[in-house]
Amino acid sequence: MRRGTAPGVLGALRWACARDLRLAMRSRSELAVIVVFFLLVTSLFPLAVSPDPELLRSIAAGIVWVAALLASLLGLSRLFAADHADGTLEQMVLAPAPLPALVAGKVLAHWLATGIPLVVLSPLAGLQFGLAADAIAVLAASLVLGTPILSWLGAVAAALTLGARGGSSLLALLVLPLAVPVLIFGAGSVESFGAGLGAEAHLSLLAAGLIAAWVLGPAVAALAVKIAHE
Amino acid sequence: MTTPAWSWYRYASPASFYPLAGRLVPWFASFAALLALAGLYVGFFVAPTDWQQGEAYRIIFIHVPAAWMAMFIYLVMAFWCAVSLAFHTRLAAMMAQALAPTGAMWAFVSLWTGAFWGRPTWGAYWVWDARLTSTLILLFLYLGFIALRASIDDPRRGDRAAALLALVGAINVPIIYFSVRWWNTLHQGATISMTSAPKMAQTMLTAMLLLTFAAWAYTIAVALYRVRSIVIEREALAGWAARLADRRTGSGDGATPSGAGAR
Repeated sequence: MRRGTAPGVLGALRWACARDLRLAMRSRSELAVIVVFFLLVTSLFPLAVSPDPELLRSIAAGIVWVAALLASLLGLSRLFAADHADGTLEQMVLAPAPLPALVAGKVLAHWLATGIPLVVLSPLAGLQFGLAADAIAVLAASLVLGTPILSWLGAVAAALTLGARGGSSLLALLVLPLAVPVLIFGAGSVESFGAGLGAEAHLSLLAAGLIAAWVLGPAVAALAVKIAHE
Repeated sequence: MTTPAWSWYRYASPASFYPLAGRLVPWFASFAALLALAGLYVGFFVAPTDWQQGEAYRIIFIHVPAAWMAMFIYLVMAFWCAVSLAFHTRLAAMMAQALAPTGAMWAFVSLWTGAFWGRPTWGAYWVWDARLTSTLILLFLYLGFIALRASIDDPRRGDRAAALLALVGAINVPIIYFSVRWWNTLHQGATISMTSAPKMAQTMLTAMLLLTFAAWAYTIAVALYRVRSIVIEREALAGWAARLADRRTGSGDGATPSGAGAR
């Protein structure tokens, strides 16, 4: 990009990330709601299904992943909507700094603020369902690799639904079908680890998805933001 | 919007595409009707009864074309979306918008007929087979596209947002298919394998191909009809549409054979 006159890619990314993190820290209650929602959803399953520890252990990874997927939807609407409403996002589109880097910074901040807490809390959910310690480690690893992909898918959908009617339910309709592979590989890693097949294959695929998300995500999400401002 | 004078781009203009589509619709509609009649006749009266599944297998003649069309239309839709994003052509986006409901309908038909086929042959309306699950997700992708397109008021912005969504979905479709397939093989080992279908008799294949082409012609006819409606709805204020309306009220509808198309 235009070196010298404008911040470079990394500078723009760092600026956008720091700004969004600071904003997130100023509204901590919103983040707390996401975390509580995650724990609440995982706690509902034993009540609805059965308290049988054997059954719960076998569906634990799936429950944690579905809960993480739903919880990641909660924070998405605030990723771009507030900045869109007060015009900040438009300034970012017009700014000389590369838009993909700015968007990447926002998504990174969003993941740090909403994805990391889910990763940190996943061992707790795993203990609730009686998962073994090594299975819990696999679960956390799959969430570390998978939740950024969810953030990127969500970022594209959130940018596309800017200014659309029926915001958050529409967002869920757009994100959930696209997130199916992440869910399958994420929950599948724990399952195949438990079956003695090892989790490497699933985790490798998640890592591949993560790389693809970081390569394609910035350009696609930036295009989606631009479309919202045409 | 100025249209370049090259012949290839001539029909990218809604004004010149509108009458062309109107002339093509009756042709494709009659192709569809003839092929469907022939296919249904061969399928239900000529094709032999399957020794394994009895008469229930005959639902394949509707099920398989529907499933093929559901997948194929998504690719066509994604192609038009890519064209509309790359070249800013209005008509390509309208084409994608016109194809989406038909694609969703085929996905639904293939799921519905699949359920009725599954009940007598597998003993269950629904199994979490890879193909069933990925078709279900495909239906949700169609619905997401339609919902996003419908919830943005500005047509140009809606076009581009929906087009980007369709492209992201198109990248995801093969990933979804393989992930679901892998998940399925991991979960349930030896339940039902749809891939090892019995070898088909020649007449069965004939009927299925006839009905596939019928579905194809039907899709083209319906998409062209719908794109005409979208064109006239969006371009109602453009000069050519007003002149078209004047001509129609003035000298009957001799210009296009399908006078009902624009009503």
